[in-house]
Amino acid sequence: MRIGDAKQSYEADEAIWKSSTQKVWFAVLLLVLAVFPFMADAYLLYLGCMVGIAVISTTGLNILTGFTGLISLGQAGFMGVGGYTVAWLSANSALPFPVTLLLAGLLAAAVGILVGLPSLRVKGLYLAIATLAASVFLHFIFAEWESVTGGMGGLSLEPAHLFGLSFQSDFEMYFIIVPLAVLMVFGATNIFRTRTGRAFIAIRDRDISAEILGINLLRYKLMSFALSSFYAGVAGGLFAYFYRVVTPESFPLSMSIFYLAAVIVGGMGNLLGGILGAAFMTLIPEALKLLTAALTPFYPNAPIFMSPMLEIIFGVLIVGFLIFEPHGLAEIWHRIRRFFSLWPFKN
Amino acid sequence: MSSILEISNLSLSFGGVKALQGVSFRVPENTVTTVIGPNGAGKTSLFNCISGFYKPQQGTISYQGKALTGVKPPVRAAMGLARTFQNIALFRGMTVLDNIKLGAHVHMKSGLLGSLAYFGAARREEMAVREEVERHIIDFLEIDHIRRQPVANLSYGLQKRVELARALAMRPKVLLLDEPVAGMNREEKEDMARFILDIREEWGVTVLMVEHDMGMVMDISDHIAVLNFGQVIAEGLPADVQNNQQVIEAYLGTSDMDSLRKKLNPEREVA
Repeated sequence: MRIGDAKQSYEADEAIWKSSTQKVWFAVLLLVLAVFPFMADAYLLYLGCMVGIAVISTTGLNILTGFTGLISLGQAGFMGVGGYTVAWLSANSALPFPVTLLLAGLLAAAVGILVGLPSLRVKGLYLAIATLAASVFLHFIFAEWESVTGGMGGLSLEPAHLFGLSFQSDFEMYFIIVPLAVLMVFGATNIFRTRTGRAFIAIRDRDISAEILGINLLRYKLMSFALSSFYAGVAGGLFAYFYRVVTPESFPLSMSIFYLAAVIVGGMGNLLGGILGAAFMTLIPEALKLLTAALTPFYPNAPIFMSPMLEIIFGVLIVGFLIFEPHGLAEIWHRIRRFFSLWPFKN
Repeated sequence: MSSILEISNLSLSFGGVKALQGVSFRVPENTVTTVIGPNGAGKTSLFNCISGFYKPQQGTISYQGKALTGVKPPVRAAMGLARTFQNIALFRGMTVLDNIKLGAHVHMKSGLLGSLAYFGAARREEMAVREEVERHIIDFLEIDHIRRQPVANLSYGLQKRVELARALAMRPKVLLLDEPVAGMNREEKEDMARFILDIREEWGVTVLMVEHDMGMVMDISDHIAVLNFGQVIAEGLPADVQNNQQVIEAYLGTSDMDSLRKKLNPEREVA
């Protein structure tokens, strides 16, 4: 058993994985993620892809809301910008998916900067309303700018392609989505090891003293908006490639609330929390479907009762976590780890 | 001795309240200069003017011979003006180490992409800051045992010390300390006084502080300015200030408040 963690260099002390045990477990995780699509059936593969997309978007929103303290209800709008960018490029160009996804992220980031401009003056609920307005505005553009977005009918896409390879099935998409999710979570982890991430947290915790320390508030708030919307844009692009169609209703307001809920349930300002929250919130509706299917033979009316349950469960979860577990699933996970760190010698 | 900070004819008012009225004094380079005065005398307002939160209606603050008028707080930080707050302004969600590293923010360059990749220059810069913070600040202020703890868990005295550490990481030329020992016990006060003297002697930093603890003020200050009702009523060496009749009246009060008010505001009608 490991009993200490003496370090020889600051480099070792600042590493993400501080011990060989952690490295081994992370390798195991990567291995499981790599083997998963070969073992899983179609339904599980579909879920895996959905969770991957949700992880990217939730991590983005976590950077903005969890770490920088700026509440945003515009996440679905930013994802829409990414989704439509990819759809339009797929119809009007032959660019491979890494380029289209990058452009989707960059365009979403540009829109994010624009939406973030009021954040220097307004905070909290007022900012939430400002971003809500932006998201309604974006929805309007998606629906009405028919020459580009195809109006209410939306756009359908060619499959993602690279070097002549085409990614059509969920199995193939999995190998785009999951590595990207891992890479982007890794990038976010790095952010919070450096000055940029510290500046974000400083703005969240106490913006006046952040300014005294020489942090330019507007610059860093906009940077946070840009980064967060970049993640949303990429997630939206993947969403478009995954379903191969985008319509204004692909990115409803309830989606923004879904991601905000994932951040809250997972743990605000905790990257692991964002991942857990994304997986949890994506799987809840599925669990509910399974439950409904299991109940139907005994109570034929079950689907009627269960269909509105989703909104109620989401609501109860958000309120419950805010009251009883404000640090979210991440904190529960840390408690479990602490319990087992000395198990079975201490209980 | 040349002065690093010169405040001349500074006036600040909030509506009808005159927080500062024609305040002038200088902070000689490489000294511990203290501003004292009764509650509400305008000491913290003065600090807020120097760090750029308040814009005085009149007067100038010049730092190293340059006027600071119109210079924004982040730029003042980069110029070498660091400060701590009366009611601790640490980032409670972060560890002690991250709080201190934040002090070095203005001296770092890496941008968003460097941070995302944590590679090359960005990584070297982080390592250099870590080493500087560990060697010069954490060691100096004797806080190595708490570097991994979240700030919110620490005692008041330690939080004050971490705030000082964060200000030092800004590599200041002038350090503004707003009540550095308020609410501390005797031992903590002695530690803090020792740190302040060392900062002046070893780091060559000019210290400007506001403090109420007269014992400490008289012991460690080289230069004192006394503020009352927004005006400087005395300035000089500790011994001179201690024996100044106006200062004694301001602190101990006089039986004749009207005469004191008249003396301070000859033109103002006494109600």
